[in-house]
Amino acid sequence: MNAATVLEITGVTKSFGDRQILKGIDLEVREHEAIALIGASGSGKSTLLRCVDLLVEIDDGDIFLDGKVITDPSVDPVAVRRKLGFVFQQFNLFPHMTVLENVVLGAVRAHGVPKKEAEERGRALLDRFGLGGREDDRPDQLSGGQQQRVALTRAFAGQPRVLLLDEVTSALDPELVGDVLETVRELKQEGMTMILATHEMSFAREVADSIAFLHEGRIIEQGDPEQVLTDPGQPETRQFLRRLLAAGRI
Amino acid sequence: MTGDGDRRAARERARKARSRRGQAIAVISSIVVLGGLGTAILTSSGWPDVRETFFSAESFRTTFPDILRGFWLDIKMFMAVEVIVLIVGLLIAVVRTSRNPALFPIRLLAAAYCDFFRGVPVILLVYLVGFGLPALNLSGIPSDPIILACLALSLAYSAYVAEVYRAGIKSIHPSQVDAALATGLTRIQTLRHVVLPQAIRRVRPPLLNDFISLQKDVALVAMLGIAEAFRIAQIEALSSFNYTPLLAAASLYLLVTIPMARLLDRITDREEINS
Repeated sequence: MNAATVLEITGVTKSFGDRQILKGIDLEVREHEAIALIGASGSGKSTLLRCVDLLVEIDDGDIFLDGKVITDPSVDPVAVRRKLGFVFQQFNLFPHMTVLENVVLGAVRAHGVPKKEAEERGRALLDRFGLGGREDDRPDQLSGGQQQRVALTRAFAGQPRVLLLDEVTSALDPELVGDVLETVRELKQEGMTMILATHEMSFAREVADSIAFLHEGRIIEQGDPEQVLTDPGQPETRQFLRRLLAAGRI
Repeated sequence: MTGDGDRRAARERARKARSRRGQAIAVISSIVVLGGLGTAILTSSGWPDVRETFFSAESFRTTFPDILRGFWLDIKMFMAVEVIVLIVGLLIAVVRTSRNPALFPIRLLAAAYCDFFRGVPVILLVYLVGFGLPALNLSGIPSDPIILACLALSLAYSAYVAEVYRAGIKSIHPSQVDAALATGLTRIQTLRHVVLPQAIRRVRPPLLNDFISLQKDVALVAMLGIAEAFRIAQIEALSSFNYTPLLAAASLYLLVTIPMARLLDRITDREEINS
């Protein structure tokens, strides 16, 4: 795969107080590529994604989007976030807005799309992701799976260069996971570039072009999904996968 | 399976009996309590005098029209102050919850403002603003006592209402701000479209509660000699040695505050059902 590099992370560190969460992360994401971030809870997956979206300020290192540095203090974070999409573990939909309003808020307020046009596009997107007819519902009238699909639609509606997915199925009842993963699969087929932090190993294997294993703030192994999951090179990776296997999660 | 239908009917009968018994107890206890109170008052030796001094139909007829006219002024002042307080209180709350370093001095002033005006009795403020401000002889300071009275009430209630708004803003989970920022909104857009709409919805009950207080505190401006309902009633009462006008004024305040209290109940109930 020789597509252009969209996102490049070099030597990123981040501490909260005296706890260092990221200890020097290097990662490269190419156009149309999906990278799965795996690793134990607390290994820094969420923090890394939040750093990329500038929701958390990094301590050291650099992050580049389309070759331009985005972590320089002189860069306007709002302009950067408008080029990225983020989906949260807990959905974080806006409860006072309808489903459609959630989806078009960014287009109308951040991208200056005329409301009518944004709504037309929003309806079409919701339709495509199997949420047709729910446009005027409030988030709390939907199931968790539907809410997360709305959140995915909301992030995708901003036509992001990279979509950041932070354990999007972890807060869902098991029977609702499938629909959400189906939506992610569709986005991938669409050619969406994405980084997904996930605990769904079989899904990572199927959808990701590459798996990166994060251990105590470092990416200690990255490679082809099949290889990382079946024949990992690092003892820590092997141990992590053995634990997942024992817990019935693979 | 024949027993099932019988048992259901028996349960239904028991439920109806329970509910009938509950209603009967409520009616009987109401009669006992209210009847007892009424009898105690109406049979007391002083009742004829009290009835004459507080519940004189004659006095009510002659003074009520004037009091009602005065009450119209109360309503107008209440509405004006209410609008000011809703806006100023929100501005103060937004300043106090912002983290912009450029706003630091204003934030400090806002905090001092809230501490001071929440801590001073409203009646003192009415005096201080009503008599103190004009005494300074500064140019540009209005001398109309009605305007000064509205100013005093606005100062006090903006501080209360700012704190109510602030509590609402702080109750919005930071993940909502994250989501708004991730959607590409600026800090100000986040406040305007995501934080404030949810915060204001959440604090409607305590806001309405403060407005009920404001509606009756408007009577405090009588201290400045403004001819509003309480002041007129007071003058009538003193000149006729009959307190009926004061009760007439009280009934007018109740006429406004009770519906507001019921509205508040309804909003609170609805919120409980939703959450």
